[in-house]
Amino acid sequence: MNLAIMGAIEQGLLFGILALGVYLTFRVLNVPDLTVDGSFALGGAIAAKFIIDGTNPFLATLLAFFVGGLAGAFTGILHTKGKVNALLAGILTMIALYSINLRIMGKANLPLLREETLFTFVQNLSIPNLTIGGVTFLTGVALVFLIGVMVLKLVIDWFLHTDLGLDLRATGDNPKMIRSFGVNTDTTTIIGLAVSNGLVAVSGAWVAQYQGFADVGMGIGMIVIGLASVIVGEVLFGSSSIFRVTLAVILGSIVYRLVIAIALQAGLNPSDMKLITALIVIIALTVPTIAKGIWKKPAVRAVRGGSSDA
Amino acid sequence: MLKQKKTSKIIQSILFPLVLLSVTACGQQGAAPASNQPAAPATETSAPAPSTETKQLTIGISQFVEHPALDAAREGFVKQLAKNGFEDGKQVKIDVKSAQASMDTAISIAQKFEADKVDLVLAIATPTAQAAAQTSKEIPILFTAVTDPVEAGLVKAMGKPGANVTGTSDMNPVEEQLKLIKELKADAKSVGVIYSSGEVNSKVQVDAAKAVADKLGLTIREAAITSATEVKQAAESMVGKVDAFYVPTDNMVVSSIAAVLGVAESQKIPVIAGEENSVKSGAIATYGIDYTKLGEQTADMAAKILKGEAKPADMAVEMQADMKLVLNKKAAEKMGVTIPQAMLDRAGEVVE
Repeated sequence: MNLAIMGAIEQGLLFGILALGVYLTFRVLNVPDLTVDGSFALGGAIAAKFIIDGTNPFLATLLAFFVGGLAGAFTGILHTKGKVNALLAGILTMIALYSINLRIMGKANLPLLREETLFTFVQNLSIPNLTIGGVTFLTGVALVFLIGVMVLKLVIDWFLHTDLGLDLRATGDNPKMIRSFGVNTDTTTIIGLAVSNGLVAVSGAWVAQYQGFADVGMGIGMIVIGLASVIVGEVLFGSSSIFRVTLAVILGSIVYRLVIAIALQAGLNPSDMKLITALIVIIALTVPTIAKGIWKKPAVRAVRGGSSDA
Repeated sequence: MLKQKKTSKIIQSILFPLVLLSVTACGQQGAAPASNQPAAPATETSAPAPSTETKQLTIGISQFVEHPALDAAREGFVKQLAKNGFEDGKQVKIDVKSAQASMDTAISIAQKFEADKVDLVLAIATPTAQAAAQTSKEIPILFTAVTDPVEAGLVKAMGKPGANVTGTSDMNPVEEQLKLIKELKADAKSVGVIYSSGEVNSKVQVDAAKAVADKLGLTIREAAITSATEVKQAAESMVGKVDAFYVPTDNMVVSSIAAVLGVAESQKIPVIAGEENSVKSGAIATYGIDYTKLGEQTADMAAKILKGEAKPADMAVEMQADMKLVLNKKAAEKMGVTIPQAMLDRAGEVVE
């Protein structure tokens, strides 16, 4: 398969971590969180700064998780304790992070082109490509990313089935009910936002190492990409169980990256790039529904959801 | 029945992206000429042709965002390359892509060019250059419109890049440009600089301006912005405090230079720009970077690489060879200054 397509899969897996984070707030907690644009760049900034200062890239990425978590917790506290509207709380943290990220990096752009990063580490593992019948399906790099992202996914699946995780889900589904059981929904919201933004920051840290630089502008538009991944994933791959939906959002992220790779391949006017991206996503989302309508009698439930026996 | 429905849904959801993929695979073959696509079926039919004529080379251009200066650099590059015997559509095929200001798309573009095994990449502006350098370690990469390639991690040293990346820098002669302010308005003391805090190139220029300001008897007032919508406010915030504006080659501010000009014209504050296109848009003067020429200079470097005469690792990063003074008479009128005859006499170009 085309190398650009493989690159899209690699990128899709890294942005899949972002999608998981967005899924936690947008779907599980039912809170629209705009901190993401800031915490993504924050993750990149922390990782780049520490890697350049000689910290082990694993440790730097882990640090990104905790600092990203702090940013999320801040939004959470602002929202629950300060009674600030969730959207505004996210926006406030996001714009504050722009300056903070500049402070962390010391300048707007930190190159990692000659540094030892997680990406060079993965490359140096020299894992062979997954090739079946002469067709390469996944690069060695993508295989490692896949394992890493799957482990993260399983941890989140597990987390959402713990008592705390169940409280978190209930906070999003029916806060009144869960409060009546004596659960403090403020605490669960703050924890949920912290974990979510921690994941987003890890995604930013990975992407910075993957693209070879951290830039203060790298977070712009990430919430849109995260939401698109979650929704595309749910529509195309279903959301009938936690296990399935977390897988779906990662796949959604890969589909989104493939769409961009496809839009680039299309050989059209460069200025139409974003329009084409949007069009392909629209087609991807509507064609299955339209096709269903033609082939079958109108179903009670549309593409989303599905039967409960998953 | 329920089970069946579900299975077909799963099959559909798996099939759909695959269909999309195969569609692109076809589109790709259609878009690119057969000679540079080593796809199995294509080579059989076109194999005899390339052996008689020389192989068509491919060049990938990755532009970060569309604005006049970067567009000029690209156009200059393409034109000059044709003069060097590499005409688009004939000897070379040029594939232009724009990241439309998304860093993540910049990486996707770099991967596309790496996948297409293009013969040379031209990266316009810093993020696209960094993305290309990270992705392609073998393909020669030329950058242009990068202010400080060493700071950006693109080259080891200006004189000897050391890898597959080299190009042209658009570092402008900040000192000469600030001198223009004194020439236009001898009593000017304070200069307002608007730049976006997110652009590393702009910070370099602001620091350079501050370093020479004392010597010229000027003080620099900074206003850092974070989005294009703040440009007008930033300009307004400096009214009454500054005697002139200096607009560096900042992507965001140059894109919204109209906002600065609007404030400057109504308040009669002269605007000096960091590059030519801003003067054409309505700033009074600049001395220096002509992005069309910078693109042409980059094309000359590209020609050497394509002909096999030089390797990027040994080719020094080039600065603009000849600078020119560009003036805008009408803009001067609107901002309440008259351009001295001495300046008009040595101008390389006067916009009426």
